[in-house]
Amino acid sequence: MATAVTTDPMLSQPYVVEEVSKETPDTFTLKLKPEEGSHHAGFRPGQFSMLWVFGVGELPISISGDPGNSDQLVYTVRSVGQATNALVTRSAGEDVGVRGPFGTGWPLDAARGRDVIVVAGGIGLAPLRPVIYEVLNHREDYGRLVVLYGARSPRDLLYRKQLAAWARHRDTQVLVTVDYGGLSWHGHVGVVTSLFKYARLKPSRSLAMVCGPEIMMRFVTRELESLGLTRNDIYLSMERNMKCAVGFCGHCQYGPHFICKDGPVFPYESIRPLLEKYEL
Amino acid sequence: METLERIIAEHPFFAGLESYYTGLLVGCGSNVRFQPGQYIFKEGEEANEFYLIRSGRVALEIAAPQHKPIAVETLEQGDILGWSWLLPPYLWKFNAHAVQDTRAIALDGKCLRTKCEQNHDLGYEVLKRFAQIIEHRLEATRLQLLDVYAVR
Repeated sequence: MATAVTTDPMLSQPYVVEEVSKETPDTFTLKLKPEEGSHHAGFRPGQFSMLWVFGVGELPISISGDPGNSDQLVYTVRSVGQATNALVTRSAGEDVGVRGPFGTGWPLDAARGRDVIVVAGGIGLAPLRPVIYEVLNHREDYGRLVVLYGARSPRDLLYRKQLAAWARHRDTQVLVTVDYGGLSWHGHVGVVTSLFKYARLKPSRSLAMVCGPEIMMRFVTRELESLGLTRNDIYLSMERNMKCAVGFCGHCQYGPHFICKDGPVFPYESIRPLLEKYEL
Repeated sequence: METLERIIAEHPFFAGLESYYTGLLVGCGSNVRFQPGQYIFKEGEEANEFYLIRSGRVALEIAAPQHKPIAVETLEQGDILGWSWLLPPYLWKFNAHAVQDTRAIALDGKCLRTKCEQNHDLGYEVLKRFAQIIEHRLEATRLQLLDVYAVR
């Protein structure tokens, strides 16, 4: 018998691991499908779910899959502790609890008809991948797509085959860099901001979406502003310790905002003063 | 036909430089080409020139004992390669090798230093441009040092 999708945001829904694939030595992509008979409610690019590994804990993880695929939810997870390790070592057929999706999402409506600049650092590409899918799935609705992606080293790059495939789409430029490269790496070496000089941009008709470590985003916003983008045309995805995901517990409070409910995506203009405050 | 003067004048590094100064630079310049894998210079060698990259890609490397060389930066079309010719002891601090087939204009450092000493206006124009490059690369190096993608 089919189960209805619950409306209680605090109640996990049972999902089954369909596939786990290794992206880098410590990062894995999990494909989850609802237990037989139920379905997921869809999501907006930039939203996240709370994933519960029974007996271990619950984690906020951005959805990294194609919003056009309603059969499964996809998450890219970096193993950095007990709970994330428990998640990435799940096998096909095992259960995971899913709450959500939560959060605001990227401003794709505002991006319609404009060039889209995606700037990602490290695992920050995961929450932005749905944006890339969405733009490429509805190519005529958007202008040029420019993806600038930086990682620590070549072995830390996510979605390598997809990056190459995206670069072959019309009106799409994909530039990838690593902070340090070995002899076998023939691509760019340097921080992600160094890619701007090679990007073909029209700042006046562009909207930028940025996700990565906060310090990287500070440097990136500075670069985008110097190119001529306004603060209202720059969006950042923020990260804090999210627990309830619905703005009750206060764990993810960021100044006057709750990251889980008011974010994780914010216009740069609205959070710029907070980014410059120490220890916030 | 592309003249050396035009190529220098159109390179982003010398954007906005008066044609009189470009004319002075031409006498120090020559076209060069490097094959993929070819070393352009190595750490400790005399730094006698710098390069305006026209196409291709060059990796700047650091080689540490018992480690394979690590590329810390790549430079491409529109970039400049090398400023060790500018300041004593005029020795390269890194290795540079062409990752791709690379075309560039090599500017003779000794020749340029002499012209800058003789014409301080030219010297100031050149130094202003190098200062900007050094500032950008210092900022990038600081960001690199933060190792922002590491697990905390």
